[in-house]
Amino acid sequence: MSLRVEDLTVYYQTLRGDVRALENATFSLADGEIMGMAGESGCGKTTLSNSLILLTPPMRYIKGRVVLDGQELPVSDIDGMNRYRFKEISVVPQYAMNAMNPTRKIGKMAEELLRSRGIDAHRVLPELKRRLDLVELDQDVLKMYPIELSGGMKQRMVMVLSTLMNPSLLLADEITSALDVSTQKAVAEMLVGFRDHKIVKSIIVITHDISILYQIADSILIMYAGQLAEKGPTETVIHSPRHPYTKLLITSLPKVGAKHDVTQLEGIPGKPPLLLDPPEGCRFRERCPVAFEKCVEVPPFLELDPDHFVACWKEIESNA
Amino acid sequence: MAQNPDEKKRNEFLYFAMRNNKLKIGAAIILFFLVLAAIGPLLTDNEPTAFAGPMSDPPSAEFWFGTTFFGQDVFAQFVVGLRATFLVGAIGGGLATVIGMLVGFIAGYRGGIIDEALNVLTNIVLVIPTFALLLIIAAYLEVRGLFMESVLIGLTAWPWAARAIRAQTLSLRSREFVDLARMSAMKPLRIIFTEIAPNMMSYLVMAFILQFGGAILIAATLDFIGLGPTTGFSLGIMMQYAVLWGALPLGTWWWFVPPGAAIAAIVGALYFMNVGLDEVFNPKLRET
Amino acid sequence: MRRYFSRKLLIYLITFFLAVTIDWLIPRLMPGDPIQNMLSRAALNANAAETMHTYYTHAFQLDLPVWQQYLSFWNALFHGDLGISTYLFPTPVAKVIKDAVPYDIFLLLPSILLSWWAGNKFGAFAARTKRLDNTVLPIAYLLTATPYMWLGILLAWVFGIILGWFPIAGAYSFTMGTQLTWVFVGSVLKHWFLPFASLFLVGFGGWAIGMRNMIIYELEADYSHYLEALGAPRRLIRRYAFRNAILPQLSGLALQLGVIVAGALVTEVVFSYPGIGYLILSAIQNQDYFLVQGCFLFIIIGVLLANFLIDIAYVIVDPRTRKGMVGE
Repeated sequence: MSLRVEDLTVYYQTLRGDVRALENATFSLADGEIMGMAGESGCGKTTLSNSLILLTPPMRYIKGRVVLDGQELPVSDIDGMNRYRFKEISVVPQYAMNAMNPTRKIGKMAEELLRSRGIDAHRVLPELKRRLDLVELDQDVLKMYPIELSGGMKQRMVMVLSTLMNPSLLLADEITSALDVSTQKAVAEMLVGFRDHKIVKSIIVITHDISILYQIADSILIMYAGQLAEKGPTETVIHSPRHPYTKLLITSLPKVGAKHDVTQLEGIPGKPPLLLDPPEGCRFRERCPVAFEKCVEVPPFLELDPDHFVACWKEIESNA
Repeated sequence: MAQNPDEKKRNEFLYFAMRNNKLKIGAAIILFFLVLAAIGPLLTDNEPTAFAGPMSDPPSAEFWFGTTFFGQDVFAQFVVGLRATFLVGAIGGGLATVIGMLVGFIAGYRGGIIDEALNVLTNIVLVIPTFALLLIIAAYLEVRGLFMESVLIGLTAWPWAARAIRAQTLSLRSREFVDLARMSAMKPLRIIFTEIAPNMMSYLVMAFILQFGGAILIAATLDFIGLGPTTGFSLGIMMQYAVLWGALPLGTWWWFVPPGAAIAAIVGALYFMNVGLDEVFNPKLRET
Repeated sequence: MRRYFSRKLLIYLITFFLAVTIDWLIPRLMPGDPIQNMLSRAALNANAAETMHTYYTHAFQLDLPVWQQYLSFWNALFHGDLGISTYLFPTPVAKVIKDAVPYDIFLLLPSILLSWWAGNKFGAFAARTKRLDNTVLPIAYLLTATPYMWLGILLAWVFGIILGWFPIAGAYSFTMGTQLTWVFVGSVLKHWFLPFASLFLVGFGGWAIGMRNMIIYELEADYSHYLEALGAPRRLIRRYAFRNAILPQLSGLALQLGVIVAGALVTEVVFSYPGIGYLILSAIQNQDYFLVQGCFLFIIIGVLLANFLIDIAYVIVDPRTRKGMVGE
């Protein structure tokens, strides 16, 4: 499978104007790749993932193309996207804990969902049960109501449901945020298991927790204020980042074993800009330690090293 | 410490309040009737009970709402009745909101056995058809005033507000900022006033508006049956007299249409305003 | 589930007990002497009046110590004896009420059930499109804000007086006695329609608004978004939303019973419809406190029973109560 996103631009309509939540997102994903999408709250990662599967008001499509497995996805056409949803592209949403109808038994809901999508629920049932075993869920959950399950169990159940039709691309939005650390590890590993067992082809893991990405992601995409900052293989982004923002982000992470009376824990001074009327050019320049005059132009997202994309004039210059 | 975010919130509410159509329309209608109630009696020379003109006369330039069976000025009665209606709404609705607020808040904040006991009380008052009770109590009292009627209504209508406020208190109590205040050893009363109350404001305002409207309706119904104030006028009493004195077969519609229409308009506007307020306070409901 | 019902039962029992006690107090706290009032209508001379007074005081047990009266009241209750009416002397109260009940059931049951069902369906329907929502909503608000008796008066005036399609008083034509003939049935229906329509319309508005709000709330819920993201058709999402939105509407029905009683009462007065509402008013106006007592009791029992039925229905409709999750 392959995913290619070109210049995807999506704004939010509000009473006070358009919030420019995503600008010119361009990247691609290879078959079997697990890409992490990281950044501060409000950087546009959920906007990007929603744009790929459910672009509904107040989101407004401005421009861009999305090509999945050679087919162009009509992301701006809510109804047109339906035949791809669940079957080619699927999502484990941020609100997975509440994603299931509280007054329906889980098995019944799954059955009704499948039927409504023209799928023979009976034939899928044995596979569903196999998947439950894969995520270590008792088959009895199908007879239970969502409220009878713990947070982690609900998360895993939604993961099973979302991937039931073996979609090419799975969007996993903050799937570990609401869990305790040991469950986080288990869920993250299940995700990799899905890819390894060829249940899904590629995964985009959206999170603000870079440590998870370090464990399971093949590549990481860093976003800032609606713009793409850097994308590269995990090792590279973590150990030799090139974008100033990524560098500050990595160094601001607490390190295990480091004592903080010795090495200070530093945040990044300042705040991300409001996207209602964002600054021109690179949106990080007001907090960037190496910003210069060229930064008032939007830096292109260029491949400076093999498979390593950076949107920074400084870095582009040093490459030349 | 919490001043700036509070101010921002208030300004945000005001911003949206200015732009919300439902709120504006509803408020405009209420304002219209309020003004009418305030200056109405000055617009006419006639006393509501005086026999001012020909009997059962249709609306004319002299009598804007025509005359009753006895030749009284319907408009004069109408504006006096409006005043009574607003008074009942304010006092009855206000009392119900206050009681509901106390009961709901204490139950939600303290929890435990106090909560259980108050819940049982609330449920009992809810289940008893309080209207039947009001009938009987009203029949006991040989002389009834507007104030007494409002108090009675307030004493029986509070469970609605109590429930809503209790639910909101429960959800607020477990929020982080209250825990934070508790951990910083703030006194409970201060916590209530500085952390919880501002968040409750929106609920209290909406609850009051609903109670205001409800009180008006209940009062109108009581008045219509003849169990309202023994002296004076209200819109409900006007309707009662209209029906008693044959407005239907005589076709003197100007006697009963305006009072009921006014009530429907006022209460409807109140409900509408409430929806608008809900949109202002709840960002999720705002239309883009 | 057991906890759910035991709590409810406790409330009903306490309420019943309280209500009966208040009920028993009614004639005893009323100003004036009920026996005196009754006798004053009979225009007897002083001597006879006094004898009769003693006789009736004894007959109504008003000469016994208070606690004995209270206990014997409960006793009589369980025997279905609600005393004798002074207004319609010598008819027993129970019989007077029994004669009025069918009219109430005939009027209230269809109007409550139909307005609830139709209002809910319509509210869900109106929530579909913005335009429909914006035109329908104000009308529904107006309907629910309309005082019951005013709507009754309006309907009576327009359809009864002006158009002359329907009669505006009584349960059936005064020229007929109760007989089981088609003509009679027709007359009953014609007299029934306007009060029914009046109750129906006001209720309809309220339910439509409530349902519309609940549906919008459910359609914005996470589970709706999830289904949308998985490409589920709108009708499945709407079906789930409706089923979830009905639950608070059902408990809302129980809460509205008090309002419905008030509305029915007033509508009966407007149309001189001989139900319990009309009866209780006549009883109050004629100071027949035993009749008031009986009517009030009957209304309480009716409301408690209706509440109970709705609780049962709620358990059936919300599967979570069966699992003991929703205690309320």
